[in-house]
Amino acid sequence: MSNTRKFTAVVVGLGLVTLSACGSSESGSGGSGESKTVTLVSHDSWAVSKSVLADFEKQSGYTVKVLKDGDAGQAVNKAILTKDNPQGDVFFGVDNTLLSRALDNGLFQPYEAKDAGFVLPEYRVDQDKHRVTPVDTGDICVNYDKAYFTEHKLDPPQSFDDLTKPAYKNLLVTENAATSSPGLGFLLGTAAKYGDAGWQDYWKKLKANGVKVVDGWEQAYYEEFSGSSSGRKAGGDRPLVVSYASSPPAEVVFADPKPKTAPTGVATGTCFRQIEYAGLLSNARNTEGGKALLDFLLTKEFQDDMPLNMFVYPVREAAQVPPEFTKYGPQAEDPQTMDPAEIAANRDQWVKSWTSLVLK
Amino acid sequence: MDLARTEVALRKRVTKGGAARLGLIALPVAFFAAFFAYPVAAIVARGLKTDGGWQLGRIADVLTQSDIRHVLWFTTWQALASTALTLLVALPGAYVFARFDFPGKHLLRAVVTVPFVLPTVVVGSAFLALVGRGGLLDELWGVRLDTTVWAILLAHVFFNYAVVVRTVGGLWAQLDPRQEEAARMLGASRLSAWRTVTLPALAPAVAAAALMVFLFTFTSFGVVQILGGPTFSTLEVEIYRQTSEIFDLSTAAVLTIIQFLAVGAILAVHAWTVRRRETALRLVDASVTARRPQGVGQWALLAGVLACVAGLLLLPLAVLVQRSLDAPDFAYYRALTSEDGGTFLVPPIDAIGNSLTYAVVATAIAVLIGGLAAVALTRRDAGRFVRGFDALLMLPLGVSAVTVGFGFLIALDEPPLDLRSSWILVPLAQALVGVPFVVRTMLPVLRAVDARLREAAAVLGASPWRAWREVDLPMVRRALLVAAGFAFAVSLGEFGATVFIARPDNPTLPVAVARLLGRPGELNYGQAMALSTILMVVCAVALLVLERLRTDRTGEF
Repeated sequence: MSNTRKFTAVVVGLGLVTLSACGSSESGSGGSGESKTVTLVSHDSWAVSKSVLADFEKQSGYTVKVLKDGDAGQAVNKAILTKDNPQGDVFFGVDNTLLSRALDNGLFQPYEAKDAGFVLPEYRVDQDKHRVTPVDTGDICVNYDKAYFTEHKLDPPQSFDDLTKPAYKNLLVTENAATSSPGLGFLLGTAAKYGDAGWQDYWKKLKANGVKVVDGWEQAYYEEFSGSSSGRKAGGDRPLVVSYASSPPAEVVFADPKPKTAPTGVATGTCFRQIEYAGLLSNARNTEGGKALLDFLLTKEFQDDMPLNMFVYPVREAAQVPPEFTKYGPQAEDPQTMDPAEIAANRDQWVKSWTSLVLK
Repeated sequence: MDLARTEVALRKRVTKGGAARLGLIALPVAFFAAFFAYPVAAIVARGLKTDGGWQLGRIADVLTQSDIRHVLWFTTWQALASTALTLLVALPGAYVFARFDFPGKHLLRAVVTVPFVLPTVVVGSAFLALVGRGGLLDELWGVRLDTTVWAILLAHVFFNYAVVVRTVGGLWAQLDPRQEEAARMLGASRLSAWRTVTLPALAPAVAAAALMVFLFTFTSFGVVQILGGPTFSTLEVEIYRQTSEIFDLSTAAVLTIIQFLAVGAILAVHAWTVRRRETALRLVDASVTARRPQGVGQWALLAGVLACVAGLLLLPLAVLVQRSLDAPDFAYYRALTSEDGGTFLVPPIDAIGNSLTYAVVATAIAVLIGGLAAVALTRRDAGRFVRGFDALLMLPLGVSAVTVGFGFLIALDEPPLDLRSSWILVPLAQALVGVPFVVRTMLPVLRAVDARLREAAAVLGASPWRAWREVDLPMVRRALLVAAGFAFAVSLGEFGATVFIARPDNPTLPVAVARLLGRPGELNYGQAMALSTILMVVCAVALLVLERLRTDRTGEF
């Protein structure tokens, strides 16, 4: 049986080589402790102009490393699961719909960004502890395909109630509220409008009126919606989609050649106000760098640069809203909003009921 | 000569061998404890243990929820339907590959195995390209099957065809046809001869194959994730949603336990059928049983099977390749090399290098752990403990990869196992899935090495080293290479666990494909198809090499 022993020796040797190889490269790459690198964990939609980021790196002396970690919801959840040993120093991209989950799980440590005083009052939260810094805002609204409604001589819907009317049967596609942040925002909008008692009835009507639900915003907007340029190519056949108030300007900005008016419009009575926050992660390795990065997110330079990169509105007073935004899609005037405490108390239960009601 | 002395020496070696075996099994046991049992237990505890107490009442809560019951029901029936459909389509294929000789047979055998080692993400995207919006069927006839259950079932058949052909066909080829002929000689009708002679011999293999297919489809993740939409979800997909999207860790933990129990039961039945399969059958060399098809019926059968393979297996792969080339000048492939800030922070092409590195390391680990385990398990009189370990080794195949991935994240983050920021996590998770393949490939071969051969060599004066080199090595070496090949292929394609632990700036191929598919626009879609094609080619090459090495006794897969 010594043959088996030799065999063992060979494989064990092989294993040791492998393991030691791991060990050495591991110690070589353990660079996240270096204080000159600050790591930002975010969702896939994070974007910033290169020059603006370079300015920050030059002024602060830090190198910024960005980890994009999936959809907004997934990125938040993963950050919570790994909070004892986080992947980075700052997390950007938790919105008001999920904020309580992040705060209740102790994801962030307090830090008040230098320019916090410039944040418009309506976006400020957590004023006693300063665990999060508001960075941007936007409205989740139903968008419509102008060509479809012109062609069918039909007025586009304007309100939540309109969407349940027979004229709009089988026209709307929305996102899974359990997996997508606009999907959840739209659900919260209906809950804000109709109350805890009424939103289920509303969704029953919406379901009877043929609402289609897909998993993510990308699929809804770029494949199912007939009004977006990719949706048209993909043969999308739904002229109504739950998206953002800033989607029509995006259709124009990315089009080549640029049309005179946006091909899509916003049903202004269907909006829900979304606010995105950033915070310094608990157990961050580079807290000083993280603080500097949070300061940067509220600077005028970043706030001015941000809208056309991520198609969101700035939260800093007197920050510039790009002319494309006002020209091609007015910001909703009176969006539905909801108190963070009310969201925290009801969100999970609402999503569960919604899933049973609409999906199963 | 001095036979008595040899006898004594041999016996002494046997006892020493027993002790050595215990030593051998220590490393695999430690590996599984640290990288499987511990992380899985940690994530389950995180979900079910609050304020120091186990919330076992949650189990009943979760089970009474109608949407969870819906998931359980769907998981079961789609697995049953997929298994039935796979058997229906693949059993004729098994017969044809076993009994007929035709040009290109070996190549085709390798080709039908390609889907099995393809990453589920690639299978999902191939079917999307075939039956999805703007897919081939949509273009030709306006038929769309995505978001219907048919897309899932067809993808499952595609994926598992080879399991049936290899498991059943492998045995069928070695059954002596003369037994059936003898029965017919004695007056039995063709049907009753088949029913009384061939079928009983074949039944355990069919059962084992069916159980493996059931296991793979019951725990299906990537395919359902891509093709299922929000309506269809298997247990595994639901575990993923509950953990990653809904963040209901206690529901996820309960579902993990349910899946664990179900998979345990399936594996127990599988182990039982495999043991039954090891009962003595009169086997002959496969090469003598196959012959040219004769008569219209046999040619028609061959043609039917080939058509099936072409339509179900080759067409999706071909569509995948075609979509990846659907832009002038290989634009999608060239796009892979450019850094795009949108999806990754690195050019997608980097994923190939990451994947290959990870897969090589994972293969080394899997071969080491699986090899040691297989050697330890070789003894037929192995104790109950060791036999139990055999079944345990199979568990990673069925226990939620998603759970393993999350478990890694939350469990392996403090000394002495602080691996959170280390790249080794990915190969470790991949090796977990590779080990069962290594064990299943090595075990039959190791068991088939007749101890008497070694003893004979010893009696003839060969040193133990020489006896090992001349007797064991030639037989084991091939199996080792085959095992390594399988481990490499499954590591390359592992998705469920890798998707959580691969760092965003170091994606593997399947992770990159999934992320590209999740992004809008033709360029991203084309790049996903191009990466999938590359992945497919790498897997296919690995398989073709394996097919050359394959021994007829190798493997239960």
